Amino acid sequence: MRVTFTVNGRRHEADDVWEGESLLYVLRERMGLPGSKNACEQGECGSCTVRLDGESVCSCLVAAGQAEGREVVTVEGLAAYAKERAGSAHTGGLAPVQQAFLDAGAVQCGFCTPGLLVAADELIERNPQPSDADIREALSGNLCRCTGYEKIMDAVRLAAARTGDGAPEVV
Amino acid sequence: MEFLRPATWEEALAAKAEHPSAVPIAGGTDVMVEINFDQRRPTHLMDLNRIRELREWEVGDDTVRLGSSVPYSTVIDQLASELPGLALASHTVGSPQIRNRGSVGGNLGAASPAGDSHPALLAAGAEVEAESVRGTRFLPVEDFYTGVKRNALAEDELIKTVHIKRAEGPQQFSKVGTRNAMVIAVCAFGFALHPGSRTVRAGIGSAAPTPLRARAAEDFLGAALGDGGFWDSGRAIPPSLAREFAELCAGACNPIDDVRGSAAYRRRAVGVMARRTLGWTWESYRSTGNGRTTEGGAQCA
Repeated sequence: MRVTFTVNGRRHEADDVWEGESLLYVLRERMGLPGSKNACEQGECGSCTVRLDGESVCSCLVAAGQAEGREVVTVEGLAAYAKERAGSAHTGGLAPVQQAFLDAGAVQCGFCTPGLLVAADELIERNPQPSDADIREALSGNLCRCTGYEKIMDAVRLAAARTGDGAPEVV
Repeated sequence: MEFLRPATWEEALAAKAEHPSAVPIAGGTDVMVEINFDQRRPTHLMDLNRIRELREWEVGDDTVRLGSSVPYSTVIDQLASELPGLALASHTVGSPQIRNRGSVGGNLGAASPAGDSHPALLAAGAEVEAESVRGTRFLPVEDFYTGVKRNALAEDELIKTVHIKRAEGPQQFSKVGTRNAMVIAVCAFGFALHPGSRTVRAGIGSAAPTPLRARAAEDFLGAALGDGGFWDSGRAIPPSLAREFAELCAGACNPIDDVRGSAAYRRRAVGVMARRTLGWTWESYRSTGNGRTTEGGAQCA
Protein backbone atom coordinates (compact mmCIF):
# COMPACT_ATOMS: atom_id res chain seq x y z
CA MET A 1 0.00 0.00 0.00
CA ARG A 2 0.98 3.62 -0.36
CA VAL A 3 1.28 5.87 2.67
CA THR A 4 1.57 9.62 2.63
CA PHE A 5 2.25 11.81 5.61
CA THR A 6 4.20 14.88 6.66
CA VAL A 7 7.60 14.44 8.19
CA ASN A 8 9.42 17.46 9.58
CA GLY A 9 7.17 19.80 7.60
CA ARG A 10 7.63 18.03 4.27
CA ARG A 11 5.18 15.68 2.59
CA HIS A 12 6.62 12.20 2.19
CA GLU A 13 5.23 9.27 0.28
CA ALA A 14 6.19 5.62 0.36
CA ASP A 15 5.01 2.86 -1.95
CA ASP A 16 4.81 -0.90 -1.52
CA VAL A 17 4.56 -0.56 2.22
CA TRP A 18 3.61 -3.85 3.87
CA GLU A 19 0.39 -3.48 5.87
CA GLY A 20 2.01 -4.66 9.10
CA GLU A 21 4.99 -2.35 8.78
CA SER A 22 5.75 0.13 11.54
CA LEU A 23 6.09 3.87 11.16
CA LEU A 24 9.68 3.43 12.36
CA TYR A 25 10.52 1.07 9.51
CA VAL A 26 9.01 3.41 6.93
CA LEU A 27 10.95 6.38 8.32
CA ARG A 28 14.26 4.55 8.41
CA GLU A 29 14.13 2.23 5.44
CA ARG A 30 11.85 3.98 2.98
CA MET A 31 12.19 7.68 3.69
CA GLY A 32 15.90 7.86 4.40
CA LEU A 33 15.47 9.14 7.94
CA PRO A 34 17.58 6.84 10.14
CA GLY A 35 17.73 9.21 13.12
CA SER A 36 14.97 7.36 14.98
CA LYS A 37 16.63 4.21 16.23
CA ASN A 38 15.38 0.65 16.06
CA ALA A 39 16.18 -1.39 19.13
CA CYS A 40 13.54 -3.24 21.10
CA GLU A 41 10.57 -3.05 18.69
CA GLN A 42 8.22 -3.40 21.67
CA GLY A 43 7.95 0.07 23.16
CA GLU A 44 10.35 -0.62 26.02
CA CYS A 45 13.37 1.46 25.08
CA GLY A 46 12.08 4.73 23.61
CA SER A 47 14.92 5.02 21.08
CA CYS A 48 12.35 5.31 18.25
CA THR A 49 10.44 8.18 19.92
CA VAL A 50 8.91 10.68 17.48
CA ARG A 51 6.12 13.22 17.69
CA LEU A 52 2.90 12.10 16.00
CA ASP A 53 0.48 15.01 15.69
CA GLY A 54 2.41 16.56 18.57
CA GLU A 55 2.39 13.60 20.94
CA SER A 56 5.51 11.67 21.76
CA VAL A 57 5.05 8.05 20.74
CA CYS A 58 7.13 4.98 20.02
CA SER A 59 7.18 4.86 16.23
CA CYS A 60 7.80 1.10 16.35
CA LEU A 61 4.27 0.68 17.75
CA VAL A 62 2.48 2.85 15.19
CA ALA A 63 1.36 0.96 12.09
CA ALA A 64 2.53 2.86 9.03
CA GLY A 65 -1.03 3.11 7.75
CA GLN A 66 -2.07 4.82 10.97
CA ALA A 67 0.26 7.72 10.14
CA GLU A 68 -1.57 8.42 6.87
CA GLY A 69 -2.22 12.16 6.58
CA ARG A 70 -0.63 12.91 9.94
CA GLU A 71 2.30 15.07 11.01
CA VAL A 72 5.46 13.42 12.23
CA VAL A 73 8.50 15.14 13.73
CA THR A 74 11.69 13.12 14.01
CA VAL A 75 15.04 14.03 15.53
CA GLU A 76 16.16 15.18 12.06
CA GLY A 77 13.54 17.94 12.22
CA LEU A 78 13.86 18.74 15.90
CA ALA A 79 16.00 21.86 15.49
CA ALA A 80 13.61 23.43 12.99
CA TYR A 81 10.62 22.39 15.11
CA ALA A 82 12.11 23.98 18.26
CA LYS A 83 13.05 27.15 16.39
CA GLU A 84 9.57 27.50 14.97
CA ARG A 85 8.10 27.06 18.43
CA ALA A 86 10.38 29.78 19.77
CA GLY A 87 9.30 32.04 16.93
CA SER A 88 12.72 32.32 15.34
CA ALA A 89 13.77 31.38 11.84
CA HIS A 90 15.64 28.15 11.41
CA THR A 91 19.05 28.88 9.96
CA GLY A 92 20.64 25.59 10.75
CA GLY A 93 22.22 24.64 14.02
CA LEU A 94 20.80 22.71 16.89
CA ALA A 95 17.72 22.73 19.08
CA PRO A 96 18.33 23.90 22.66
CA VAL A 97 18.06 20.32 23.96
CA GLN A 98 20.58 19.12 21.41
CA GLN A 99 23.05 21.85 22.36
CA ALA A 100 22.48 21.11 26.03
CA PHE A 101 23.15 17.39 25.53
CA LEU A 102 26.45 18.32 23.87
CA ASP A 103 27.40 20.86 26.52
CA ALA A 104 26.52 18.55 29.41
CA GLY A 105 28.25 15.55 27.89
CA ALA A 106 25.00 13.62 27.96
CA VAL A 107 25.98 11.46 25.02
CA GLN A 108 27.96 8.28 25.25
CA CYS A 109 27.36 5.70 22.52
CA GLY A 110 24.57 7.91 21.20
CA PHE A 111 22.06 5.22 20.36
CA CYS A 112 19.42 6.35 22.86
CA THR A 113 20.09 10.03 22.18
CA PRO A 114 17.57 10.72 19.37
CA GLY A 115 14.70 9.33 21.41
CA LEU A 116 15.82 11.16 24.52
CA LEU A 117 16.09 14.43 22.60
CA VAL A 118 12.58 14.14 21.21
CA ALA A 119 11.16 13.19 24.63
CA ALA A 120 13.10 15.95 26.44
CA ASP A 121 12.06 18.57 23.89
CA GLU A 122 8.42 17.56 24.33
CA LEU A 123 8.78 17.90 28.10
CA ILE A 124 10.22 21.42 27.87
CA GLU A 125 7.52 22.42 25.40
CA ARG A 126 4.83 21.24 27.83
CA ASN A 127 6.57 22.22 31.04
CA PRO A 128 9.27 24.89 30.61
CA GLN A 129 10.41 24.60 34.23
CA PRO A 130 10.35 20.91 35.02
CA SER A 131 11.31 19.57 38.43
CA ASP A 132 13.73 16.67 38.64
CA ALA A 133 10.76 14.39 39.24
CA ASP A 134 9.10 15.76 36.09
CA ILE A 135 12.25 15.07 34.07
CA ARG A 136 12.60 11.55 35.43
CA GLU A 137 8.98 10.78 34.66
CA ALA A 138 9.13 12.29 31.16
CA LEU A 139 12.21 10.23 30.33
CA SER A 140 11.10 7.05 32.09
CA GLY A 141 10.35 5.40 28.75
CA ASN A 142 13.83 6.03 27.34
CA LEU A 143 16.56 3.61 28.24
CA CYS A 144 20.26 4.47 28.18
CA ARG A 145 22.48 1.43 28.65
CA CYS A 146 25.71 3.43 28.98
CA THR A 147 24.47 4.49 32.46
CA GLY A 148 24.48 8.13 31.51
CA TYR A 149 21.30 9.28 33.24
CA GLU A 150 22.90 11.85 35.54
CA LYS A 151 24.39 13.74 32.61
CA ILE A 152 21.10 13.45 30.79
CA MET A 153 19.36 15.01 33.80
CA ASP A 154 21.97 17.80 33.73
CA ALA A 155 21.33 18.35 30.03
CA VAL A 156 17.58 18.66 30.41
CA ARG A 157 17.96 21.03 33.37
CA LEU A 158 20.36 23.10 31.28
CA ALA A 159 18.06 23.18 28.26
CA ALA A 160 15.12 24.20 30.44
CA ALA A 161 17.16 26.91 32.16
CA ARG A 162 18.31 28.33 28.84
CA THR A 163 14.81 28.22 27.38
CA GLY A 164 13.19 29.61 30.53
CA ASP A 165 15.63 32.51 30.85
CA GLY A 166 14.54 33.74 27.47
CA ALA A 167 18.19 33.50 26.58
CA PRO A 168 18.82 33.50 22.86
CA GLU A 169 18.80 29.97 21.60
CA VAL A 170 22.17 28.66 20.63
CA VAL A 171 22.54 28.47 16.89
CA MET B 1 -2.44 -8.62 5.00
CA GLU B 2 -5.01 -5.97 4.26
CA PHE B 3 -5.16 -2.61 6.03
CA LEU B 4 -8.70 -1.43 6.75
CA ARG B 5 -9.26 2.20 7.55
CA PRO B 6 -12.88 2.78 8.53
CA ALA B 7 -13.77 6.46 8.84
CA THR B 8 -16.86 5.88 10.99
CA TRP B 9 -18.00 3.47 13.67
CA GLU B 10 -20.66 2.04 11.32
CA GLU B 11 -17.99 1.33 8.72
CA ALA B 12 -15.87 -0.39 11.36
CA LEU B 13 -18.76 -2.64 12.44
CA ALA B 14 -19.53 -3.52 8.82
CA ALA B 15 -15.87 -4.32 8.17
CA LYS B 16 -15.64 -6.48 11.29
CA ALA B 17 -18.79 -8.36 10.23
CA GLU B 18 -17.34 -8.93 6.78
CA HIS B 19 -13.87 -9.87 8.07
CA PRO B 20 -14.28 -11.45 11.51
CA SER B 21 -10.56 -12.25 11.68
CA ALA B 22 -9.68 -8.54 11.33
CA VAL B 23 -7.57 -7.36 14.28
CA PRO B 24 -8.57 -3.91 15.52
CA ILE B 25 -5.62 -1.63 16.25
CA ALA B 26 -5.84 1.67 18.15
CA GLY B 27 -2.71 2.54 20.12
CA GLY B 28 -0.88 -0.48 18.78
CA THR B 29 1.03 -0.99 22.01
CA ASP B 30 0.06 -4.69 22.12
CA VAL B 31 -0.83 -5.49 18.52
CA MET B 32 2.30 -4.01 16.95
CA VAL B 33 4.57 -5.89 19.37
CA GLU B 34 3.03 -9.16 18.19
CA ILE B 35 3.39 -8.15 14.55
CA ASN B 36 6.97 -6.90 15.00
CA PHE B 37 7.92 -10.22 16.57
CA ASP B 38 6.18 -12.39 13.97
CA GLN B 39 3.81 -13.71 16.59
CA ARG B 40 0.74 -12.62 14.70
CA ARG B 41 -0.11 -12.29 11.03
CA PRO B 42 -3.75 -11.22 10.86
CA THR B 43 -5.51 -11.29 7.50
CA HIS B 44 -6.70 -7.76 8.17
CA LEU B 45 -5.52 -4.96 10.39
CA MET B 46 -8.26 -2.45 11.16
CA ASP B 47 -7.17 1.03 12.22
CA LEU B 48 -9.60 2.59 14.70
CA ASN B 49 -7.74 5.90 15.05
CA ARG B 50 -9.91 7.66 12.51
CA ILE B 51 -13.11 7.09 14.48
CA ARG B 52 -13.50 10.25 16.50
CA GLU B 53 -16.16 9.04 18.92
CA LEU B 54 -13.86 6.32 20.24
CA ARG B 55 -11.54 9.05 21.55
CA GLU B 56 -14.32 10.94 23.33
CA TRP B 57 -15.47 10.68 26.91
CA GLU B 58 -18.41 12.08 28.82
CA VAL B 59 -18.94 12.49 32.54
CA GLY B 60 -22.52 11.63 33.50
CA ASP B 61 -24.30 11.74 36.85
CA ASP B 62 -23.33 8.22 37.87
CA THR B 63 -20.93 6.95 35.25
CA VAL B 64 -18.17 8.07 32.94
CA ARG B 65 -18.58 6.98 29.33
CA LEU B 66 -15.04 6.33 28.19
CA GLY B 67 -14.53 5.82 24.46
CA SER B 68 -12.53 2.67 23.91
CA SER B 69 -9.50 4.42 22.37
CA VAL B 70 -9.20 7.27 24.89
CA PRO B 71 -5.52 7.12 25.81
CA TYR B 72 -4.31 6.59 29.37
CA SER B 73 -2.73 10.05 29.37
CA THR B 74 -6.21 11.56 28.99
CA VAL B 75 -7.57 9.45 31.85
CA ILE B 76 -4.74 10.74 34.04
CA ASP B 77 -5.05 14.40 32.98
CA GLN B 78 -8.82 14.74 32.70
CA LEU B 79 -10.55 12.09 34.76
CA ALA B 80 -8.55 11.74 37.98
CA SER B 81 -11.40 13.15 40.11
CA GLU B 82 -14.13 10.98 38.61
CA LEU B 83 -12.04 7.84 38.21
CA PRO B 84 -9.22 8.08 40.77
CA GLY B 85 -8.46 4.36 40.86
CA LEU B 86 -8.28 4.09 37.09
CA ALA B 87 -6.15 7.24 36.89
CA LEU B 88 -3.67 5.77 39.38
CA ALA B 89 -3.58 2.51 37.44
CA SER B 90 -3.15 4.39 34.17
CA HIS B 91 -0.16 6.19 35.62
CA THR B 92 1.62 2.85 36.07
CA VAL B 93 1.18 1.84 32.43
CA GLY B 94 4.47 1.70 30.53
CA SER B 95 5.91 5.13 29.86
CA PRO B 96 4.63 8.50 28.65
CA GLN B 97 4.98 7.30 25.04
CA ILE B 98 2.88 4.22 25.79
CA ARG B 99 0.30 6.17 27.81
CA ASN B 100 -0.17 8.55 24.87
CA ARG B 101 -1.29 5.63 22.70
CA GLY B 102 -2.57 2.79 24.87
CA SER B 103 -6.18 2.75 26.03
CA VAL B 104 -8.55 1.00 28.42
CA GLY B 105 -10.40 -0.44 25.42
CA GLY B 106 -7.14 -1.94 24.21
CA ASN B 107 -6.44 -3.40 27.63
CA LEU B 108 -9.87 -5.06 27.54
CA GLY B 109 -9.40 -6.25 23.98
CA ALA B 110 -6.04 -7.82 24.83
CA ALA B 111 -7.50 -9.21 28.09
CA SER B 112 -4.09 -9.96 29.54
CA PRO B 113 -4.41 -10.95 33.21
CA ALA B 114 -1.63 -8.39 33.81
CA GLY B 115 -3.46 -5.45 32.20
CA ASP B 116 -3.14 -2.50 34.57
CA SER B 117 -6.63 -1.10 34.16
CA HIS B 118 -8.47 -4.32 35.07
CA PRO B 119 -8.16 -4.18 38.89
CA ALA B 120 -9.26 -0.53 38.86
CA LEU B 121 -12.26 -1.26 36.63
CA LEU B 122 -13.26 -4.21 38.82
CA ALA B 123 -13.00 -2.11 41.98
CA ALA B 124 -14.88 0.89 40.59
CA GLY B 125 -17.57 -1.12 38.81
CA ALA B 126 -17.75 -0.98 35.03
CA GLU B 127 -19.63 -2.26 32.01
CA VAL B 128 -18.21 -2.91 28.58
CA GLU B 129 -20.38 -1.78 25.69
CA ALA B 130 -19.73 -4.18 22.84
CA GLU B 131 -21.33 -3.60 19.50
CA SER B 132 -21.72 -5.42 16.21
CA VAL B 133 -23.99 -5.03 13.19
CA ARG B 134 -26.35 -7.33 15.13
CA GLY B 135 -26.73 -4.96 18.05
CA THR B 136 -25.30 -3.77 21.36
CA ARG B 137 -24.44 -5.68 24.53
CA PHE B 138 -23.50 -4.33 27.95
CA LEU B 139 -21.23 -6.73 29.83
CA PRO B 140 -20.25 -6.28 33.47
CA VAL B 141 -16.47 -6.12 33.38
CA GLU B 142 -16.13 -9.12 35.72
CA ASP B 143 -17.91 -11.23 33.10
CA PHE B 144 -15.80 -9.87 30.26
CA TYR B 145 -12.60 -11.76 31.07
CA THR B 146 -12.98 -15.42 30.09
CA GLY B 147 -9.40 -16.72 30.12
CA VAL B 148 -5.77 -15.82 29.63
CA LYS B 149 -5.91 -13.19 26.86
CA ARG B 150 -9.49 -14.18 26.10
CA ASN B 151 -12.59 -12.07 26.45
CA ALA B 152 -16.32 -12.36 25.89
CA LEU B 153 -16.39 -10.52 22.57
CA ALA B 154 -18.03 -12.33 19.66
CA GLU B 155 -15.93 -12.38 16.52
CA ASP B 156 -17.94 -9.63 14.88
CA GLU B 157 -18.00 -7.36 17.94
CA LEU B 158 -15.91 -4.32 18.79
CA ILE B 159 -15.58 -2.47 22.09
CA LYS B 160 -17.22 0.92 21.72
CA THR B 161 -17.37 2.38 25.21
CA VAL B 162 -16.45 1.47 28.76
CA HIS B 163 -19.01 2.73 31.27
CA ILE B 164 -17.29 3.21 34.62
CA LYS B 165 -19.01 4.18 37.87
CA ARG B 166 -17.94 7.59 39.10
CA ALA B 167 -16.10 7.39 42.39
CA GLU B 168 -18.29 8.13 45.40
CA GLY B 169 -15.47 7.46 47.83
CA PRO B 170 -11.72 6.92 48.01
CA GLN B 171 -10.11 4.48 45.61
CA GLN B 172 -6.59 3.09 45.44
CA PHE B 173 -4.43 1.05 43.13
CA SER B 174 -1.24 -0.77 43.88
CA LYS B 175 1.11 -2.71 41.63
CA VAL B 176 4.20 -4.78 42.28
CA GLY B 177 7.05 -4.57 39.79
CA THR B 178 10.80 -4.20 39.61
CA ARG B 179 10.77 -0.48 38.91
CA ASN B 180 8.36 2.41 38.74
CA ALA B 181 8.02 2.53 34.94
CA MET B 182 7.95 0.16 32.01
CA VAL B 183 6.85 -2.74 34.16
CA ILE B 184 4.43 -5.57 33.57
CA ALA B 185 2.70 -6.19 36.88
CA VAL B 186 3.94 -9.09 38.96
CA CYS B 187 0.56 -8.60 40.54
CA ALA B 188 -1.75 -5.65 41.09
CA PHE B 189 -4.66 -4.64 43.29
CA GLY B 190 -7.48 -2.14 42.97
CA PHE B 191 -9.68 -1.15 45.88
CA ALA B 192 -12.69 1.14 46.17
CA LEU B 193 -14.92 2.23 49.02
CA HIS B 194 -18.52 2.76 47.97
CA PRO B 195 -20.01 4.71 50.89
CA GLY B 196 -23.36 5.22 49.11
CA SER B 197 -24.12 1.52 49.06
CA ARG B 198 -21.87 0.85 52.06
CA THR B 199 -19.94 -1.73 50.09
CA VAL B 200 -16.34 -2.22 49.08
CA ARG B 201 -14.94 -3.74 45.90
CA ALA B 202 -11.55 -5.29 45.30
CA GLY B 203 -9.97 -6.21 41.95
CA ILE B 204 -6.95 -8.45 41.57
CA GLY B 205 -4.64 -8.48 38.55
CA SER B 206 -1.96 -10.87 37.38
CA ALA B 207 -2.63 -13.45 40.09
CA ALA B 208 -5.05 -15.76 38.28
CA PRO B 209 -5.82 -16.70 34.65
CA THR B 210 -8.10 -13.64 34.50
CA PRO B 211 -8.41 -10.43 36.46
CA LEU B 212 -10.96 -11.09 39.19
CA ARG B 213 -12.89 -9.65 42.11
CA ALA B 214 -12.14 -10.87 45.61
CA ARG B 215 -15.82 -11.41 46.35
CA ALA B 216 -15.52 -13.25 49.66
CA ALA B 217 -13.18 -10.52 50.91
CA GLU B 218 -15.56 -7.80 49.71
CA ASP B 219 -18.53 -9.44 51.42
CA PHE B 220 -16.64 -9.99 54.64
CA LEU B 221 -15.32 -6.45 54.86
CA GLY B 222 -18.60 -4.88 53.74
CA ALA B 223 -20.49 -6.77 56.45
CA ALA B 224 -17.88 -6.02 59.10
CA LEU B 225 -17.86 -2.29 58.33
CA GLY B 226 -21.65 -2.19 58.31
CA ASP B 227 -22.21 -4.27 61.47
CA GLY B 228 -19.53 -2.37 63.32
CA GLY B 229 -20.98 1.02 62.42
CA PHE B 230 -17.68 2.05 60.85
CA TRP B 231 -19.23 4.02 57.98
CA ASP B 232 -20.93 6.39 60.44
CA SER B 233 -18.35 6.48 63.20
CA GLY B 234 -15.38 6.67 60.84
CA ARG B 235 -13.31 4.97 63.50
CA ALA B 236 -10.08 3.23 62.69
CA ILE B 237 -10.25 -0.28 61.31
CA PRO B 238 -8.83 -2.80 63.78
CA PRO B 239 -5.75 -4.65 62.52
CA SER B 240 -7.50 -8.00 62.91
CA LEU B 241 -10.19 -6.89 60.45
CA ALA B 242 -7.64 -5.67 57.93
CA ARG B 243 -5.69 -8.90 58.34
CA GLU B 244 -8.75 -11.05 57.70
CA PHE B 245 -9.60 -8.99 54.62
CA ALA B 246 -6.04 -9.36 53.34
CA GLU B 247 -6.08 -13.12 53.86
CA LEU B 248 -9.35 -13.46 51.98
CA CYS B 249 -7.92 -11.40 49.10
CA ALA B 250 -4.82 -13.60 48.99
CA GLY B 251 -7.12 -16.62 49.07
CA ALA B 252 -9.00 -15.37 46.02
CA CYS B 253 -5.84 -15.63 43.93
CA ASN B 254 -5.06 -18.58 41.71
CA PRO B 255 -1.55 -17.64 40.63
CA ILE B 256 1.19 -19.43 38.76
CA ASP B 257 4.98 -19.46 39.04
CA ASP B 258 6.54 -17.61 36.13
CA VAL B 259 9.54 -15.45 35.27
CA ARG B 260 8.07 -12.42 37.02
CA GLY B 261 7.32 -14.08 40.33
CA SER B 262 6.27 -17.21 42.13
CA ALA B 263 2.70 -18.12 42.98
CA ALA B 264 3.50 -17.93 46.68
CA TYR B 265 5.00 -14.46 46.31
CA ARG B 266 1.97 -13.24 44.36
CA ARG B 267 -0.44 -14.49 47.01
CA ARG B 268 1.57 -12.85 49.74
CA ALA B 269 1.93 -9.57 47.82
CA VAL B 270 -1.79 -9.38 47.03
CA GLY B 271 -2.51 -9.70 50.75
CA VAL B 272 -0.06 -6.91 51.55
CA MET B 273 -1.52 -4.64 48.86
CA ALA B 274 -5.05 -5.38 50.09
CA ARG B 275 -4.16 -4.39 53.64
CA ARG B 276 -2.33 -1.24 52.55
CA THR B 277 -4.91 0.00 50.05
CA LEU B 278 -7.64 -0.59 52.65
CA GLY B 279 -5.60 1.50 55.10
CA TRP B 280 -4.99 4.32 52.64
CA THR B 281 -8.59 4.56 51.47
CA TRP B 282 -10.03 4.30 54.98
CA GLU B 283 -7.72 7.03 56.27
CA SER B 284 -8.85 9.18 53.36
CA TYR B 285 -12.52 8.41 54.09
CA ARG B 286 -12.11 9.28 57.77
CA SER B 287 -10.14 12.46 57.13
CA THR B 288 -12.73 13.87 54.75
CA GLY B 289 -15.66 12.92 56.96
CA ASN B 290 -18.16 12.48 54.21
CA GLY B 291 -16.13 10.01 52.25
CA ARG B 292 -15.82 12.19 49.19
CA THR B 293 -12.20 12.23 48.30
CA THR B 294 -11.31 12.29 44.74
CA GLU B 295 -7.59 12.69 44.36
CA GLY B 296 -5.61 9.54 44.81
CA GLY B 297 -2.12 10.21 46.05
CA ALA B 298 0.72 8.36 44.42
CA GLN B 299 1.74 6.45 47.49
CA CYS B 300 4.42 3.87 47.32
CA ALA B 301 3.36 0.39 48.28
